[in-house]
Amino acid sequence: MIGPLLEVRNLAVHIGGLVAIADMSFQVPEGRIVSLIGPNGAGKTTAFNVISGYMRPTKGRVLFDGADITGLPPERIATRGLVRSFQRTSVFAGCTVLENALIALHGRGRAGLLGALLRAPAQRREEARLLAEAHSMLDFVGLAARADTPAEVLAYGEQRRLGIVLAAIVSPRLLLLDEPAAGLNPSETQAAMELIQKLRDRRMTVLLVEHDMAMVMQISDSICVLNQGRIIAEGSPAEIRQHPEVISAYLGSGHWEGADAQA
Amino acid sequence: MSNAPWAFVAALAAVPVLVPNPYVLAVLTLAGIFVIGAISLNLLLGYTGQLSLGHGAFFGLGAYASALTSLGFDIGIGFGLRLRVDPQPVWLGFLMAILVACAFGWMLGRLAFRVRGAYFVIITICFAQVLRMVALNWVELTQGPMALISIPPVSLWLPGLGVVPLVTKAQTYWLVLAVGVLAFLLVRQLVESRIGRALIALRSNEALARSVGIPVTHYLVVAAVVSAGIAGAAGSLFAHYMGIVDPDVFMFIYTVTMVIMVVTGGKGTLWGPVVGGLIFGLIPDLLRGRAAPELQWVIYGVAMILFVMFLPRGIVPGVQSLLRRRA
Repeated sequence: MIGPLLEVRNLAVHIGGLVAIADMSFQVPEGRIVSLIGPNGAGKTTAFNVISGYMRPTKGRVLFDGADITGLPPERIATRGLVRSFQRTSVFAGCTVLENALIALHGRGRAGLLGALLRAPAQRREEARLLAEAHSMLDFVGLAARADTPAEVLAYGEQRRLGIVLAAIVSPRLLLLDEPAAGLNPSETQAAMELIQKLRDRRMTVLLVEHDMAMVMQISDSICVLNQGRIIAEGSPAEIRQHPEVISAYLGSGHWEGADAQA
Repeated sequence: MSNAPWAFVAALAAVPVLVPNPYVLAVLTLAGIFVIGAISLNLLLGYTGQLSLGHGAFFGLGAYASALTSLGFDIGIGFGLRLRVDPQPVWLGFLMAILVACAFGWMLGRLAFRVRGAYFVIITICFAQVLRMVALNWVELTQGPMALISIPPVSLWLPGLGVVPLVTKAQTYWLVLAVGVLAFLLVRQLVESRIGRALIALRSNEALARSVGIPVTHYLVVAAVVSAGIAGAAGSLFAHYMGIVDPDVFMFIYTVTMVIMVVTGGKGTLWGPVVGGLIFGLIPDLLRGRAAPELQWVIYGVAMILFVMFLPRGIVPGVQSLLRRRA
């Protein structure tokens, strides 16, 4: 494939009279970990909502793998291979961890109404295959011991981890992670970071929104800095650290302390 | 556990032999018809989490479709044309009941599942009320408040015997039991499958379900169609069992009764509607003659409040967690 996996072109989002995103363009090349950073209210989560189909943009285009996906519903975008995780509500409460994984594997199954009712051998083989896949994914991310635990009973850090797993289990080509480290302690953050790198090694491209700067600087191949609805800088972590506009607009102005709270 | 359900079915099947009392069988048959209705409602309310307060409409549609097919009708359809249907065998009426209910379930699903929550509830209520108005006023077809009468009993083709009408109480009882077991199995197969997981995902977290690629609206329509079809089958049994159908089958109270059965029994569990349906289907008849009519409803209401207060998730999940704690 030639060209970036994801391309956002001149995106604008107006919510009522408020300009959430003024004019945003950036690209995510395949196989990279790209971070989108910026102070609270910069439009990061809005951008995620538009890219993943939960909001319609006022202007602009979202191209995924060369095809226009602007305005498609989230489930269609997910089937094309672009899946997101959420900042807060991130698991299927009332279901066990294993059931959560099975639900997220929906797209790997084919069984329809008739298959479900008759439970033919093909249908049973499919169920066995999905179950094996769910178990192997839980093994891979270190949640195997929790397979039979109801998701809402998990410790906060494990719930966040499960949230990432539910998006990753779909095997998307592009994974959008919305603040995966929010509210995590340093060792949990470290674990989340390792998980994201492991997913990249599984040939997933990652677009990350995150406030934990240490994590962003360590994990990202490239960073886009968003301020007041515009991209003000783009580059490698080293370049961003020295970028004069970033420092003056934002890094130096004391925003980071406040930015640890959720956007 | 695996044999207990079949033992339960066998015990129920043995009732007409052990207790050949027509009154007992009549009460159980009617309760059984409502259990089937509750099983169908549970698929929507319990598994997808959508409260349909028009569920009685599918029941009523089934009753009318089945009664009209087996009685035949002759109506004007405009432009001087007439649509005439001769009386058909009852089994065809039963199938028509399911088909008509499914069709309306699909329609309601397409229409209403664009909205959620309170709006969905309102649309379903309106749906049932509109149908009641049609049944009341389209006198040429439905006889309006005069009701459809002399509806023949269900007849069944049996090997060696040919087509026999099921006239005795025991025969009808077994038929309802058989349909009930089928409805239960149908719902079980569905919810314990990939489709069932999609429905549960919708109930639990719709935004997340869509984000992993589950087309939730599609599965809602599937659930609505299956649920309506089962309710239509229950309505057909009701029509042929009672022998009379009037517009009151669309009354709100039938829907509310089914909701009470599902919620007290345990919504989103397979056995909840069966347990809740038997309890609240039988309470009125158990009390009849033992307490004054006013008192009967007071007891019914108090029982309901107690169940909801002490077993808020329903009887079946409540008892399950009690058993687990003791084990």
